[in-house]
Amino acid sequence: MTIGHTLLGLLESGPRHGYDLKRAFDERFGHDRPLHYGQVYATMARLLKNGLVEVEGIEAGEGPDRKRYAITDAGVTDVEQWLAQPERPEPYLQSALYTKVVVALLTGRSAQDILDTQRSEHLRLMRELTRRKAGGDLPDQLICDHALFHLEADMRWLELTAARIDQLAEELTR
Amino acid sequence: MTPTTPTAPTAHAANRGVTDAPLLAAAGLHKSYGATPALAGADFEIRGGEIVAVMGPSGSGKSTLLHCLAGIVSPEAGTVHYQGQELTALSDARRSALRRSDFGFVFQFGQLVPELTCLENVALPLRLAGTRRREAEARAAEWLQRLEVADVAAKRPGEVSGGQGQRVAIARALAPRPRVVFADEPTGALDSLNGERAMQLLTAAARDTGAAVVLVTHEVRVAAYSDREVVVRDGRATTSAVAL
Repeated sequence: MTIGHTLLGLLESGPRHGYDLKRAFDERFGHDRPLHYGQVYATMARLLKNGLVEVEGIEAGEGPDRKRYAITDAGVTDVEQWLAQPERPEPYLQSALYTKVVVALLTGRSAQDILDTQRSEHLRLMRELTRRKAGGDLPDQLICDHALFHLEADMRWLELTAARIDQLAEELTR
Repeated sequence: MTPTTPTAPTAHAANRGVTDAPLLAAAGLHKSYGATPALAGADFEIRGGEIVAVMGPSGSGKSTLLHCLAGIVSPEAGTVHYQGQELTALSDARRSALRRSDFGFVFQFGQLVPELTCLENVALPLRLAGTRRREAEARAAEWLQRLEVADVAAKRPGEVSGGQGQRVAIARALAPRPRVVFADEPTGALDSLNGERAMQLLTAAARDTGAAVVLVTHEVRVAAYSDREVVVRDGRATTSAVAL
């Protein structure tokens, strides 16, 4: 669902054509994996069907890229809910988190709140593992430690990003 | 000012008899050092038996918050209530007496008296509270046993390892059975294995005695021993979502 939510977030600043959306997505998030046009149109068709976007206008010519999409109120609510929901803590989740932080900054929401919510979710799991470790045998303790060290690395990234959030906001709006 | 959201005791904490009413509560604390603001409207609450981690980047004001809560530092504005009584309105002598009777402290470095043996260090707060030497030393010996450092009883702090010294310091903080333990980076000087063991022993002993713990740390693995965390940023404290 991340691509759909990200495209919705990009639409919050104003209506765009499909090709505009692809360009904006690739510029912000698609350095390694740019979106295919097909992905954009399939995603927009789904968002349209679910009432999260509407077609504001169609330019003369052929092809779906002639449609100009606008986000609906339901779409804005959907973005809100996505941003507020912490990601399931697991190793290598930074790309999903980074996307949320950027979308929050681009849409004038609090990126700090997203980082705080995620920090709580991570600590919740770390507490669980710490308690499990206390009652576990050595193999169990080592398994928990492995997960704890990964979660700790995520937490460091959260701290670092929180400390640089103003700088990132400046760069994004440049 | 960022308000501290009142939160219900966690399920895990409730099992240990965490009380509903706050034992220690601070509201709107302001404190500056020269032109540098350390606290800018910080709020905080802890209930009896609860373990709360105070987290935040370096210089965010977390140690200053701990010092204000413990009555070591007086805030320029705001209040600290302990068991309903305003700490900030007490005389220095009353606050010192309260710190001796109700509060325990564990710091990162240097809290042990180098001239005394480890046993005498642990017995010291009991002696200051009027306990006879024999009883104080017997209780100190029990605490050293509990913290797994009975073998260093006759040694001086300079003769023991960092991990052992920190366990002696934890024993000393807990021996008088304080209502609140203030721990400021208690594992900061320890390697990860010793730090883990110190945290396990500290939190287990606090749970057994029903003491609340204010745990200042920048290490998330240490914070994971808490029931919930408070994040201090730019001198303000924000209570996070309730943990499990």
